[in-house]
Amino acid sequence: MAAQFDLKNDGVVVIIGSGAGGGTLGNELAQKGIDVVILEAGARHEYEDFINDEWESFAQLAWKDKRTTSGDWRVAKDFPNLPAWIVKSVGGSTTHWAGASLRFQEHEFKTLSTYGKQAGANLLDWPISLAEMEPYYAKAEAKMGVTGTNDWPRLPGNNNFKVLKAGADKLGYKECHTGNMAINSVERDDRNSCQQTGFCFQGCKWGAKWSTLYTEIPKGEATGHLEVRPNAMVIKINHDAKGKVTGVVYADKDGKLQEQKARIVAVAGNSIESPRLLLNSQSSKFPHGLANSSGQVGKNYMRHTTGSVYAVFDKPVHMYRGTTMAGIIRDEARHDPSRGFVGGYEFETLSLGLPFMAAFLNPGGWGRSFTTALDHYDNMAGLWIVGEDMPREENRITLHADEKDEHGMPIADVHFDDHPNDTAMRNHAYKQASALYDAVGATRTFPTPPYPSTHNLGTNRMSEKAEHGVVNKHGQTHDIKNLFVSDGSQFTTGAAENPTLTIVSLAIRQADYIAAQMSARSI
Amino acid sequence: MVTIYDGKPGLSRRELLKRGSIGALLVISGSAVISPEQAWGLETSALKPETMATLIQVARDIYPHDQVPDKYYAIAVKGHDETAAKDPAHKELIEKGIADLDSKAGKGGYRGLGWEEQRVALLTEIEKTPFFQAVRGGLVVSLYNQKEVWPIFGYEGESYSKGGYIARGFNDIEWL
Ligand SMILES: Cc1cc2nc3c(=O)[nH]c(=O)nc-3n(C[C@H](O)[C@H](O)[C@H](O)COP(=O)(O)OP(=O)(O)OC[C@H]3O[C@@H](n4cnc5c(N)ncnc54)[C@H](O)[C@@H]3O)c2cc1C
Ligand code: SF4
Repeated sequence: MAAQFDLKNDGVVVIIGSGAGGGTLGNELAQKGIDVVILEAGARHEYEDFINDEWESFAQLAWKDKRTTSGDWRVAKDFPNLPAWIVKSVGGSTTHWAGASLRFQEHEFKTLSTYGKQAGANLLDWPISLAEMEPYYAKAEAKMGVTGTNDWPRLPGNNNFKVLKAGADKLGYKECHTGNMAINSVERDDRNSCQQTGFCFQGCKWGAKWSTLYTEIPKGEATGHLEVRPNAMVIKINHDAKGKVTGVVYADKDGKLQEQKARIVAVAGNSIESPRLLLNSQSSKFPHGLANSSGQVGKNYMRHTTGSVYAVFDKPVHMYRGTTMAGIIRDEARHDPSRGFVGGYEFETLSLGLPFMAAFLNPGGWGRSFTTALDHYDNMAGLWIVGEDMPREENRITLHADEKDEHGMPIADVHFDDHPNDTAMRNHAYKQASALYDAVGATRTFPTPPYPSTHNLGTNRMSEKAEHGVVNKHGQTHDIKNLFVSDGSQFTTGAAENPTLTIVSLAIRQADYIAAQMSARSI
Repeated sequence: MVTIYDGKPGLSRRELLKRGSIGALLVISGSAVISPEQAWGLETSALKPETMATLIQVARDIYPHDQVPDKYYAIAVKGHDETAAKDPAHKELIEKGIADLDSKAGKGGYRGLGWEEQRVALLTEIEKTPFFQAVRGGLVVSLYNQKEVWPIFGYEGESYSKGGYIARGFNDIEWL
């Protein structure tokens, strides 16, 4: 039975956000008998309610509250009020996500030592290593049912994958398969196996894809130690005179402000909302926001170096049929500066439906050059580039000077400029991907600009030393012992891999740490 | 209210001449734009029907898909008439925008220009204007989000109710 806790109960752990980080941490703590309240800004939609329709699903699940943008990234021009494509709903972005689940490479935890100082970048080594992460990666893979691990077969390749694989073979790429996906390739965990529906981004109506919504959260609720409170938008974290956090203020479903007391607060609102909340919690004691003695809260915003390449062939592909992202080439993920940039990138299959393709192929584009691309939608194949981008202090989340949301909280501004390394990497990837499709007979290829960010990282980063970042190796803020960060904003650097497996692994690890600290009564 | 009438009986050639043909395909009758060939009509409430007819042509010139009938462009722009009915500023934006295109086109107006290139040249001139941005921006969703046009592009849409593609060709590619 799901628990229900009193607002005045100051023994609970309050988690803000129910996505990859928050939902996992909540269940892990509940399994250990720790009382948890998850406050989630969005509503609760169960997976039967998901909609196989891109815009309708977006309306149902996405975070649509206004944000502003600045910087030289194209998103600021094409989607000035939609810097990120992420979710406001119980389950967070794990409802929309595609399921690609990769471990980081060893050197990606040590970028400053491996790549050396890069002008205009704020590189730093993680305070943890791959070796320390490995047991947690293994736990996360087991929890999420990642294909290609634990003897679970990989998913069968769809049409889009077959085109990718044929091109990879022609180009001599060696590591190409249907990926490590947190999608059931066989029935397990009381959930269906993948039915190749092709609407992974719209929420999996079969429940085959892992999402905290129907795995971690109900499991945590079943312990009687977890309450998930939807439609609860946290606007401020309170603290006492000694500087310990004491609870949070949130707007409930009727817009009424409530205070939930807490023994520990863990912030997991994704990398735009988490720093926004810390910055908005400023007080006379913490005039620059909570946990911000380093001045790093909101800085080093990363979004991966992304882009897509679509290609048209003279024969049908039907790329939209089947699992959206079950296809990967890993050969370019290595660090090899001879290519003209540090770090690496992955190629992953990607497909958008016709409505989203029209919106994202070349935003603002019109005329025959644009429409003849769509005319051959059924003959299209596509892939996504995801590579490591450079952290920059200037790339940051700030509170808007005068615009406020319905609760009176300043909205977030997202500033982003590409680092020259990002641009060099993207151009390399565009060239390789076009060559790949040309090799299988593409008649036309489309280097497609990055979409609003689906991967948002780094804005409360982990650091060994307090002056370099916001949290320590356990996601505990350097400044406040009972305040934690539990989402992708902890990332010191972004690596080439999709982030969620690492977010989940860190949350499992953090739960162990919090439990140990609680029983030692040090928090 | 804008109404799209489906399945109107095709007008006879004589009737068509009587009503006065505007451009190749569309006929203005009272407050309606009618496509005699395709048997549909669209009634406007705020915008002039001539404006609506030109707007339909503009929509096609912005996103030209030769295999997509006018009807879907008409549906895609009819929202401007609805907005215009509620918002005088929007009405003025559209009426002025179209009038401006007509005057740039000279005698015969925008729809009188025979080649797409000629019309596109005018659109390119006004590409940065709020009028163009409003029309183009709206179309991205209102044209491509019509379920009825998806099959024309070979997009099959919703698949859950049919059991996904696991038994319906997710891996049926043969030419590789
Ligand atoms: C289309 C798409 C495809 C993706 N594909 C992949 C993939 O294949 N592989 C991969 O690794 N990653 C993928 N991602 C990214 C992945 O979804 C995110 O990295 C991950 O979910 C982030 O976890 P999180 O806990 O940081 O935040 P989220 O999962 O976004 O959860 C944050 C939650 O916090 C809530 N919240 C925010 N602020 C507040 C507040 N003030 N009060 C209360 N609640 C709040 C939000 O409503 C949200 O529900 C994809 C994302 C998208 C959108
Ligand atoms: S393709 Fe598979 S994982 Fe994706 S939505 Fe369909 S059943 Fe779910």
